[in-house]
Amino acid sequence: MIATDIAAILPEVILAVLAMGALLGAVYTGGDRTTPLLIWSAALVMVALGVWIGFGMSGTRTAFGGAFINDGFARFAKVAVLWSAAVVLLMSLDYLSRCDLLRFEFPLLVALAVVGMMMMVSAGDLMALYMGLELQSLALYVAASLRRDSVKSTEAGLKYFVLGALGSGLLLYGCSLAYGFAGTTQFSGIIATAQDGHVGIGLLFGLVFIITGLAFKVSAVPFHMWTPDVYEGAPTPVTAFFATAPKMAAMALFARVMHDAFGAAVADWSGIIALLSVGSMFLGAVAAIGQRDIKRLMAYSSIAHMGFALMGLAAGTGFGVQAMLIYMAIYLAMSLGVFAFILSLERDGRPVTDIGNLHQYSRQQPLRALCMLVLLFSLAGVPPMVGFFGKFYVLRAAVEADMIWLAVAGVIASVIGAFYYLRIVYFMYFGEEREPLDPPASTVQWAVLVASAAVMVFGVVNLLGIEGPAAMAAEALVR
Amino acid sequence: METIILFAPLLGAVIAGFGWRMIGETGAIWLSTGLLFLVALLSWIVFLGFDGETRQTELFRYIQSGALDTSWAIRLDRLTAIMLVVVTTVSSLVHLYSVGYMAGDANFRDGESYRPRFFAYLSFFTFAMLMLVTSDNLVQMFFGWEGVGVASYLLIGFYFRKPSANAAAIKAFIVNRVGDFGFALGIFGLFLMVDSINFDDVFAAGPVLAETQLQFLWREWNAANLLAFLLFVGAMGKSAQFFLHTWLPDAMEGPTPVSALIHAATMVTAGVFLVCRMSPLLEFAPEAKAIIVWIGAITAFFAATVALVQNDIKRVIAYSTCSQLGYMFVAAGVGVYSAAMFHLFTHAFFKAMLFLGAGAVIHGMHHEQDMRHYGGLRHRMPRTFWAMLIGTLAITGVGIPLTTIGFAGFLSKDAIIESAWGAHSPAGDFAFWALVIAAFMTSFYSWRLMFLTFFGAPRGDRHTHEHAHESPAVMVIPLAGLALGAVFAGMIWFKPFFGTHEEVNAFYGVPEHHAEATHGHGADDHTEATTGAGDHAEGWMPGQGAVFTHPENHVLEAAHRAPKWVKLSPAVMMLLGLGLAWLFYIRAPGLPGRLARAQPRAYRFLLNKWYVDEIYDAAFVRPAMAGGRLLWRRGDGTIIDGALNGIAMGVIPFLTRLAGRAQSGYIFTYAFAMVIGVVVLISWMMIGGGAE
Repeated sequence: MIATDIAAILPEVILAVLAMGALLGAVYTGGDRTTPLLIWSAALVMVALGVWIGFGMSGTRTAFGGAFINDGFARFAKVAVLWSAAVVLLMSLDYLSRCDLLRFEFPLLVALAVVGMMMMVSAGDLMALYMGLELQSLALYVAASLRRDSVKSTEAGLKYFVLGALGSGLLLYGCSLAYGFAGTTQFSGIIATAQDGHVGIGLLFGLVFIITGLAFKVSAVPFHMWTPDVYEGAPTPVTAFFATAPKMAAMALFARVMHDAFGAAVADWSGIIALLSVGSMFLGAVAAIGQRDIKRLMAYSSIAHMGFALMGLAAGTGFGVQAMLIYMAIYLAMSLGVFAFILSLERDGRPVTDIGNLHQYSRQQPLRALCMLVLLFSLAGVPPMVGFFGKFYVLRAAVEADMIWLAVAGVIASVIGAFYYLRIVYFMYFGEEREPLDPPASTVQWAVLVASAAVMVFGVVNLLGIEGPAAMAAEALVR
Repeated sequence: METIILFAPLLGAVIAGFGWRMIGETGAIWLSTGLLFLVALLSWIVFLGFDGETRQTELFRYIQSGALDTSWAIRLDRLTAIMLVVVTTVSSLVHLYSVGYMAGDANFRDGESYRPRFFAYLSFFTFAMLMLVTSDNLVQMFFGWEGVGVASYLLIGFYFRKPSANAAAIKAFIVNRVGDFGFALGIFGLFLMVDSINFDDVFAAGPVLAETQLQFLWREWNAANLLAFLLFVGAMGKSAQFFLHTWLPDAMEGPTPVSALIHAATMVTAGVFLVCRMSPLLEFAPEAKAIIVWIGAITAFFAATVALVQNDIKRVIAYSTCSQLGYMFVAAGVGVYSAAMFHLFTHAFFKAMLFLGAGAVIHGMHHEQDMRHYGGLRHRMPRTFWAMLIGTLAITGVGIPLTTIGFAGFLSKDAIIESAWGAHSPAGDFAFWALVIAAFMTSFYSWRLMFLTFFGAPRGDRHTHEHAHESPAVMVIPLAGLALGAVFAGMIWFKPFFGTHEEVNAFYGVPEHHAEATHGHGADDHTEATTGAGDHAEGWMPGQGAVFTHPENHVLEAAHRAPKWVKLSPAVMMLLGLGLAWLFYIRAPGLPGRLARAQPRAYRFLLNKWYVDEIYDAAFVRPAMAGGRLLWRRGDGTIIDGALNGIAMGVIPFLTRLAGRAQSGYIFTYAFAMVIGVVVLISWMMIGGGAE
């Protein structure tokens, strides 16, 4: 019995054990000097686990009495989380060493957060959900204040922690209501209480609170306010991590809860998700216009993108989930490229984040500027970049679910949002002459940037084959 | 061979247009001219050796979409062969003529290379025109139709520094658009009814269409009549028939060789060609045919009246062209398609010659076009004078009445007038009288042109007259070539075009074995013993042979049996016109001025071309401009731009500032926002959402 349970959860166990072992090892041996080794090995382990999960597993298995589900949907999300975390780790190395931030805790915190995320996306029970969520969050709170001597970094960590606690409280309150009215914490039990496509009012209350907690994690409006401050305050590698893997995990968890636990009452919650979606898309688009700091700008950008991903979820269909997964995968690929670019921005050896520094960047670095142009066009959803197809998928999902108003709102929001992406392009190609930036050094960042841009261009052929796995994952979730 | 004929001009156009820098200006000019002469030679070989059997040569598949299946094919039948000869002959001679005419044009600056472009346009036009006449389906035809439209636009506006030339080019394009709209509707309608736009299928469907109703606009119409009318609207635009004729006189802004080629001999006759080509459909559309007769007759009459008083030499010939096109439509409308083609054929020669002669005069007179400033030029330009004289004799129809000896125009024009009489219908009777009167006016204005230009004392600028000179050989040789056609084309090909039924049928490749049977006199076209629609399927093969005439269409014999006074009337009219012109411009040159002063209203009415342009200006142009300005200033400027700018520069920045202010940096603000968010979501859920 326990052996089969362990077998189902083996990747998580391996990663957790390795992380804890490495923690002990690093403390008793070289301390911060081991960091490069730890980063490389953690990244390699994650990539290997991703390969194993993605290509070596199949079917649906549950463990621990249904609290842990290993199905196609979970595996899709896990692969995305693992690989994006690994890429973030690798491209951070150079930045951390130059900023004297080479602490061995960083890769371990990332690894533990990833374990939490893997738990989240596999949760089949409110308890497992909460456990994964908190494991992830605690690791992220610490990571946000990685630069202990910086006021901004600690402020970011503290804000994140306090608001995260509030969000967790709301989530827990929702969980307790759900337990109280459904009599069980298992998703499969909760879904059974729905009748005629609707659930009782008490359960609905619980649902709203759970949605609140999850919306906080994906930073959907109006639970987004922490995002810009934390993104700006945290060290850039941490920001890059925040913007990628946790978003994927939280979005997958969102879909998991909505469909596994409340899938029989789609009509009850799709309106709320649509509301969150519209709010996020518009606020992300409008507020980003005022930003000069590229990290804050990316924070609002990610809020807007989460709005689009939520649109797929709001459709409440299998196709909607597939669209959401495709959108998130594309979003991850774009964000990694953009953050690789941001990590490489330096002047006089100090990282810079003001977009004013990008004036005439195309003169200094034509290839990088071109890659960035491709990525920004893709973020804005300009065809024929891949980002357009991500938007196209979620819009189609919304239209097919008879939520045409939502699709129209999404199109308008993306038009508004295009402004600030294109403004960066404008600066890079037509801006005034300014003092040039330092020539970037890191090959990993360069490779990630170019690869990401290449994916945005060449992915139009068949989206790199992501549609099939996404469809299978959605099928596993929405039955 | 047809493929070479079709694509050699395109090759010439491409090389002259894009490659002249490599082979030089002279090289480009002579290359395109040489190719055209080759093509003309081949065309004559095809025409003379043609046996009448329709041949289709498929070049490649063109559009496959649902039921639409078209290929790019060359359809070679008698109509095509005639048009091939007309187009390539005139085109090659005009190419040659242009070598002289376009040298050193004052409309261009020194050192500017405009001639290769001109020849490229001319060759491209020729290609498009050949495309049109060799088409095997309506889409292909439409391609050629629009291709010649583009070439015409480019060539009318060739003197692009002249505002009037640009305006004329745009006018030609827009007026043609009106016609093309009808043409396109006709094609759509045919596709709707027949499910195919290949000529063979369309022709075969004629009898069925005649008994089908088609809903269009506010009521049901007979499908054959409606579709034939819509196609005719396209022909009206291209062939400058009344209502859509206004562009043709203005098109004279283009260089004179262009006027000769496009606006006299070839493009403007495309409408006549279309009507003849669609004869299997038209024969089942009696009302549409009647409309064609009416429009054609009105045009012939109207244009002739206007030509009486014009002073610009090219405009006189332009209105004359318009009028002659009306003749052709009358012939086609009464069902004697071969007579229409006959006049098209002969008219191409003598009208091109008149234009080229006028061009020689203009060239020699340093671009003076007002006939009031000419006079006595026959001494200065003897060869041009003789050429113009032959052209005038041809257009006025000089010949020996009741025989088939005469200039080209004599035979073909008389054929049309007799056909109109032979129709024995209200429209035909009207057309007969209109055409006879028009023949009188034709003679008058043609001789007026001759007398004013070549006779009398020199008028106008003395300096110009002293330097008036004969044109170079490259300009005179084409005149000679065309003169041959103007003199002999009618006599040589009278029998095939307007002989007995057997002769005409043999010429057009209409199967012989249909030609006897029921109607006894062995003269009707190709029918078995059937007149009822039910037996059409096997008995009639519309599309076999180049033209089709309904078994009950006896206009041709009726025309041949016309009484002597009918056959004599055009000749009498011609003499009367000549006499009057002689009286007005040789004998008593003060008479026209006195007449104009005595009848000022009538004179101004004609001088201003019946005020058609003014009416259109008031009825269409001004309202359209006003509407456009309203939509531009108010609609686009105020509403759309205003709204977008207002949102983009007012509302969005305001919201951005608002969002920025909300982001205070204090945790309690953020927590408050979250709590408010929960409240909103709960309220939404309770009030509007799913909670029942």
